[in-house]
Amino acid sequence: MLHIKCPHCGIRSQNEFSYGGDATVKRPELNKEISDQDWNNFVYNRKSLRGKHLELWQHLSGCRQWIKVERDTATHEIFNTLKANEDIS
Amino acid sequence: MTQSFRLENVGLINKDKKLSFKFNGKTYYGYEGDTLASALIANGVHLVGRSFKYHRPRGFFGAGVDEPYAVVQLYRNGETEPNIKATEQELFEGLEATSVNCWPSVNFDIGAINNFFRIFLHAGFYYKTFMWPKSFWYKVYEPFIRKAAGFGVVSTKHDKERYEHKYEYCDLLIVGSGPSGLASAYAAAKNGARVILAEDKPRFGGTLLTSEVNIGNQSGKEWAEGIIAELKEMPNVTVKNRSQVFGYYDHNMLVMSERISDHLPKTKKFHPKQRLWYIRAKEVLISSGSIERPIVFGNNDTPGVILSSAAKEYLKVYGVLVGRNPLIFTNNDSGYETAIEFKKNGVDPIILDTRKDPQSEIVDEAKNLGINIKFSYVVVAAQGYKKVKSADVAKISDDKEQLGAVENIKCDCICVSGFWTPTIHLASQSGNKTKFNEDIDAFVSGTSKQNETTLGAANGTYTLDETLKSSFETGHELSKKITNNDNKISFPNVVEKKSTTHDKFWCVPLPEGKNYKRFLDFQNDVAVSDVEIALKEGYRSIEHVKRYTTLGMATDQGKTSNLNGLQLVSSIENKIVPAVGHTTFRPPYTPVSIGAIVGREVGKHSKPTRKSPMHSWHEKNNAVFVDAGVWLRPRYYKQGNENLFEGSKREAKNVRTNVGVCDVTTLGKIDIKGPDAAELLNRVYTNAWLKLPVGKARYGVMLREDGIVMDDGTTTRISENHYHMTTTTAQAANVLSHLEYYLQLVWPELNVNVVSTTEQWAGAAIAGPKSRDLLQKLFPNSDVLNEGLPFMGYMEGDLFGVKARIFRISFSGELAYEVNVESDNGNFMWEKIMEIGEEFKVQPYGTEALSTLRIEMGHVAGSELDGRTIPYDNSLEGLLSKKKDFIGKRSLNREAFIAEDRQKVVGVVPLDKKTSIPEGSHLVKDSNAPLPNPKLGYISASCWSVEHDNPFSLAILKDGKNMIGEKLFAMSPLKNKVIPVEIISSHYVDPKGERVRS
Ligand SMILES: [Zn+2]
Repeated sequence: MLHIKCPHCGIRSQNEFSYGGDATVKRPELNKEISDQDWNNFVYNRKSLRGKHLELWQHLSGCRQWIKVERDTATHEIFNTLKANEDIS
Repeated sequence: MTQSFRLENVGLINKDKKLSFKFNGKTYYGYEGDTLASALIANGVHLVGRSFKYHRPRGFFGAGVDEPYAVVQLYRNGETEPNIKATEQELFEGLEATSVNCWPSVNFDIGAINNFFRIFLHAGFYYKTFMWPKSFWYKVYEPFIRKAAGFGVVSTKHDKERYEHKYEYCDLLIVGSGPSGLASAYAAAKNGARVILAEDKPRFGGTLLTSEVNIGNQSGKEWAEGIIAELKEMPNVTVKNRSQVFGYYDHNMLVMSERISDHLPKTKKFHPKQRLWYIRAKEVLISSGSIERPIVFGNNDTPGVILSSAAKEYLKVYGVLVGRNPLIFTNNDSGYETAIEFKKNGVDPIILDTRKDPQSEIVDEAKNLGINIKFSYVVVAAQGYKKVKSADVAKISDDKEQLGAVENIKCDCICVSGFWTPTIHLASQSGNKTKFNEDIDAFVSGTSKQNETTLGAANGTYTLDETLKSSFETGHELSKKITNNDNKISFPNVVEKKSTTHDKFWCVPLPEGKNYKRFLDFQNDVAVSDVEIALKEGYRSIEHVKRYTTLGMATDQGKTSNLNGLQLVSSIENKIVPAVGHTTFRPPYTPVSIGAIVGREVGKHSKPTRKSPMHSWHEKNNAVFVDAGVWLRPRYYKQGNENLFEGSKREAKNVRTNVGVCDVTTLGKIDIKGPDAAELLNRVYTNAWLKLPVGKARYGVMLREDGIVMDDGTTTRISENHYHMTTTTAQAANVLSHLEYYLQLVWPELNVNVVSTTEQWAGAAIAGPKSRDLLQKLFPNSDVLNEGLPFMGYMEGDLFGVKARIFRISFSGELAYEVNVESDNGNFMWEKIMEIGEEFKVQPYGTEALSTLRIEMGHVAGSELDGRTIPYDNSLEGLLSKKKDFIGKRSLNREAFIAEDRQKVVGVVPLDKKTSIPEGSHLVKDSNAPLPNPKLGYISASCWSVEHDNPFSLAILKDGKNMIGEKLFAMSPLKNKVIPVEIISSHYVDPKGERVRS
């Protein structure tokens, strides 16, 4: 079970969190033309990375905040956790 | 029966307390502190089971967790448990155990004919032998295998024992209480660290209990006892025996099973049987020691062939002789220690040493004691069937290829030592690679991937002095890092006998003309010849060899067999062992009971139970409950001898004719506040929300980004910037997360707050033609007529002093209202409705009637909104705004979603108007078409229409739009039904929707 440092609450066990996928995917703006290909990429296509991955988790059984976690998908090492409005510097 | 193999004044057991026990129906005696194994050996019992494949007699091979053979069925306090190692099971008064894997009995085992037909049972026997002829499978092979194979019987009774889970945090978790575990625990504890020390055996001290060493001015055993006593007194230390750390997971989370009551005849009141610990440690020290490995020789599985370290442990810990005429077969000094213990207790051993001329203090001591030692000698084969009677031995050439003349030596046991294999299972589970250590011919743990250190024998360090030094040092350093303290303890002086190097020899060649079975894996009956066959047949990867031969599988996980298997593969393949590599070590290290894994989460405790505030009323009024997610909801209220069908029909009918009341507390409720609340709703729902006036509700559908319907419900504008959203019971949590996702990550500029208020409100749906009459009497001061409270209207009201929210919304298709009050007032509201509603013949209705009402109305719900349908499929396309964008809109023009013959919800009635259609039935054109019969759709929900008094179903049907009036078949192979049906509109009742507005 992973140990995830919620930027709002501190270190908590994985079972307080739920996984939310790739954090680098940006939802296309509303009311804007978008090609089928781009929309398809947004909805369906994700890289299954081996290595560093910036991903979303929600601290469901805690502060309920969505956070960003930089994790190695192979070793589960967590390098960094960020608030929703923060980006990796 | 007397304990004829018990020594008088040796052992750590309590000889004042005699215990009786039964094995295979026969009564024996042992002492408190015995294991089942030591007590049986004390009684001269060596035959405990039959082997897995060949059903060869099996005895004891080890003295603890490494035991591959002595797995028994245990009977304790009226319960039975399989897969218990006799070497681990502590004796208690009245213990009963039986052998497994033998039929009809351990002494006469019919499966042993396998042994004579073993030519059929070599490597890959699973895959080959039982394949032909095919007709033999059911009649011959399967019953035979079922009867003859297996490691015991699982009880089918409910396990009444209690198992607990515990979560713990510490600075250092130390696995194993041998010299390295004790030293590191002591150093760290003295330096202020929070320490957990785990020992799988009942006694602490590991090899210190059986080694002839001195630490300071004490014996090793006394030193261990002193350290443990001191650790137990320290508030920052938790010391646990009978506790096996069996799994090493991510981020230094380890799991340990503590056997609290297994050694007692019966679990004490309020005590658990076992406790599973989830331990998160800042640092982990693995001091799990080493397991002695066997030397491979002919018939090396005969009862009486035993690890030399086990023989020593039985002698020194339990005061039990594994034989009175022991032969020690060794390639290193460890065998000598066992021989010396025998000699000291008046038993004359013979040592066969594969080495030519070893020089060490231990060898000298054995010589000085006058022990008969034969150098450059090997055991060629054990002789005897159910017990070793003698050994064929021979001199071996210096290159270990040639055997001399075979001689026979009388003996009653063969204690074998092929040097030591570090227990690296946990280190490997932690993610570490392993590396091969040439000096010890075994793998040790490579660079640590987590905060973990492997110490002592587990790391291939075999001198006590070195082990203690490095362990004191590591314990100190790691604790200093965590606590910033620097209290060093002085290092004690160590006296131990110097040993010399081992011989790399591991397998005795077959003598000319002999074809003895030489076993590698004792639990799975894998012999040298099996691995040879596997390699001949082309298997190369060690993982494949493992699965083809079953080498190193099952509960044993190759504890004693791994390395010899690898040695064999590498010698045949002409590779070095590290090039062959080893199979993956996976948790659990040793079997863990399912009870411990499940813990308290059984029966009612397997999930939380949520009850509405009106639950006790429902109970008092004969509600039959149904699980709705974690909620308990009334399914129907039983009257007299009514069954579900009759009761729900009565309730639904009463809604259609009079008025009914349904507990809708479980619906998800989300409070939405903020100046941008309308904008959020406008983006989340598919329809328009910006112009909804205060005091009005609206029905909305929300999609996922892929265009699939996520949920539906009504949302009401309570005030300018305040909305009350309802969700389905099932999706309540997901919808809240969904809203939070968009608010926090996608549109953080929206000034809105959302919070779940599901549990804050008790809800009652009042539905039926007389619902307004009832409502008027409930709220005499409010104008609930059409003018004051039109369809989809909202108002606040005063329910006899209780503040209430009144919504005019309908799920049943009837004139209906929903009243919410604060949860604490739920029962009050309900009782008022029942009391005042009496004159209107109000009846409560449950989920079954609720379903009936919504199905015959054609109102889609969870069974249609099942995560596979889009708005069109549910005839909700009218709710898709063309003017604005919303979540998932862009996906709706996907080719499949706009296809002309797209599936759509329809109504289905059986042609005979009698036969109910099972939910899940498939709709097909031709009931006699060959399989696979093309499926046009499926029945999503079925009910008995109370309006039409015949069965009615909803279905999702391909090209549903153009299928109205078609005749199809509903087929349910599960229920073995084929029903001719007609497709009709999904709106079976009040298609114009006049009632809700009446
Ligand atoms: Zn948090």
